[in-house]
Amino acid sequence: MNRVTLIALQALVAIVSILIWYLLTTIPVDGKPLFPPFFFSTPLDVAERIVKWFSEGTIWRHLWITLAEAMLAFVLGSLGGVLVGFWFARQPRVAAVFDPYVKAVNALPRIVLAPIFTLWFGLGIWSKVALGVTLVFFIVFFNVYQGVKEVSPTVLANARMLGMNERQLMRHVYWPSALSWMFSSLHTSVGFAVVGAVVGEYLGSAAGLGYIILQAEMTFDIAGVFAGMFVLAAFVIVIDTMVTLVERRLLVWRPAAAETRA
Amino acid sequence: MTGVQQAIAANAAVRGAMPAVALDDVTISFRMAGNHVYTAVKRASLSVADGEFVSIVGPTGCGKSTLLNVAAGLLAPSSGKASIFGRALAGLNRQAGYLFQADALFPWKTAIDNVAIGLETANVASKLAHDRAQDWLKRVGLGSFGARYPHMLSGGQRKRVGLAQVLIRNPKILLMDEPFGPLDAQTRQIMGNLLLDRWSADRKAVLFVTHDLEEAIALSDRVVIMSAGPAARIIGDWTVNLPRPRDISEVKLDPAFHALHREIWQKLKDEVIKGYAQTGGG
Repeated sequence: MNRVTLIALQALVAIVSILIWYLLTTIPVDGKPLFPPFFFSTPLDVAERIVKWFSEGTIWRHLWITLAEAMLAFVLGSLGGVLVGFWFARQPRVAAVFDPYVKAVNALPRIVLAPIFTLWFGLGIWSKVALGVTLVFFIVFFNVYQGVKEVSPTVLANARMLGMNERQLMRHVYWPSALSWMFSSLHTSVGFAVVGAVVGEYLGSAAGLGYIILQAEMTFDIAGVFAGMFVLAAFVIVIDTMVTLVERRLLVWRPAAAETRA
Repeated sequence: MTGVQQAIAANAAVRGAMPAVALDDVTISFRMAGNHVYTAVKRASLSVADGEFVSIVGPTGCGKSTLLNVAAGLLAPSSGKASIFGRALAGLNRQAGYLFQADALFPWKTAIDNVAIGLETANVASKLAHDRAQDWLKRVGLGSFGARYPHMLSGGQRKRVGLAQVLIRNPKILLMDEPFGPLDAQTRQIMGNLLLDRWSADRKAVLFVTHDLEEAIALSDRVVIMSAGPAARIIGDWTVNLPRPRDISEVKLDPAFHALHREIWQKLKDEVIKGYAQTGGG
């Protein structure tokens, strides 16, 4: 399938879905629509709301706050994950001691932590950042740990035969290997950073996309809820596209999945 | 003669007399699950003189590579000892370059970075290391491939980069573990000729492990045969008196090559059959 056909088909899915939504919420069957607009809103109302948000400019502050929370969560969580992942992978004894605790904390549904973070860090951005960090940290941590552990023994033996000392091994072998694993989970960890931010906002905040959606829900403003979700979806797609660009640049040395080897 | 010159001459004499690699009564055992001890190689003695090209040939799973790892210092023998130029080997063999069977290039480095790294670890400035690396890529026929990552190269090209990566460090000893094993027959021949060509430039001591007897005879000064494992031993040692320089495909047409091949194969055949019986043909 070529690119133009693909994009056309992708657009078609959206058009058909919105059309069905429109028909179900506006065409009366037995006097009233099958999907009452009170519960499902209508595409036009939602579009109108989105246009209003952007034309009045109120949305930008919320987008900016959510973006800042997600970025901070991603950076801090990744930093922690890389450091601890490296440390555990190079010190198997430390890893063995902490193993059950790592598993226990990772198994904990992070949402139960949100109220505590609100108590500790207040209603501002930091309680959301903390929630995002607990999500991002584990993804990066497990990947870096795996990346350091799974360096090919042949590559490692080769590095030693080429005269690398411990510091050089770190820089030329363990580090790139760990980073490649971390970058391969970039989509997931960035996604979770956004989830952490939005869920945190949803549970208690004064600004952000999660806050808008919650406010709309509390006043039964379904158009507002849907508009919030669409803006959030678009926001996530933009971020994901940027991640793909970064990934392509950083993992240029890795064979693409579809590429055949000579 | 000045004192310095005398010292150099004396040193050279000692170096000439001392084998580059000497394995003396080496046994290698591994502790397996359930306290079971598996002996891979039993009481093997082998020496490689400076400038000599020696091949070790044996059936699959006979412990050839294990023996090579002892010479590299990657593995300590359970008993016996390894000496490098007369000095007992403790830890890694710093005089040796090692060409692995499996892909050992750093996949996240371009070809030229892969070659230059061998010098950079020895604290050569990056610019100089890269100039020399470009030189070496040219010498192995990959002058215009420096910017490619290993996955963009063919198997043979990756082996060439590997060869350059090892040779740029100018090691006194070259250890090779079935380096051309995964390549197709034509590429193996080309790589063999390239290796001989590079080797004849400065005659390093080479210990070359292979399961291919023809390849071993075509390349080497001496061919050493190992028995089937476990507890593999060295069971034969032949000198190859074919004239150098050799061309791999031409030397295989020489009647002397055939005679020697027949003679060694007589001995090797039984071991290969035993080896297959033990590993179930794997």
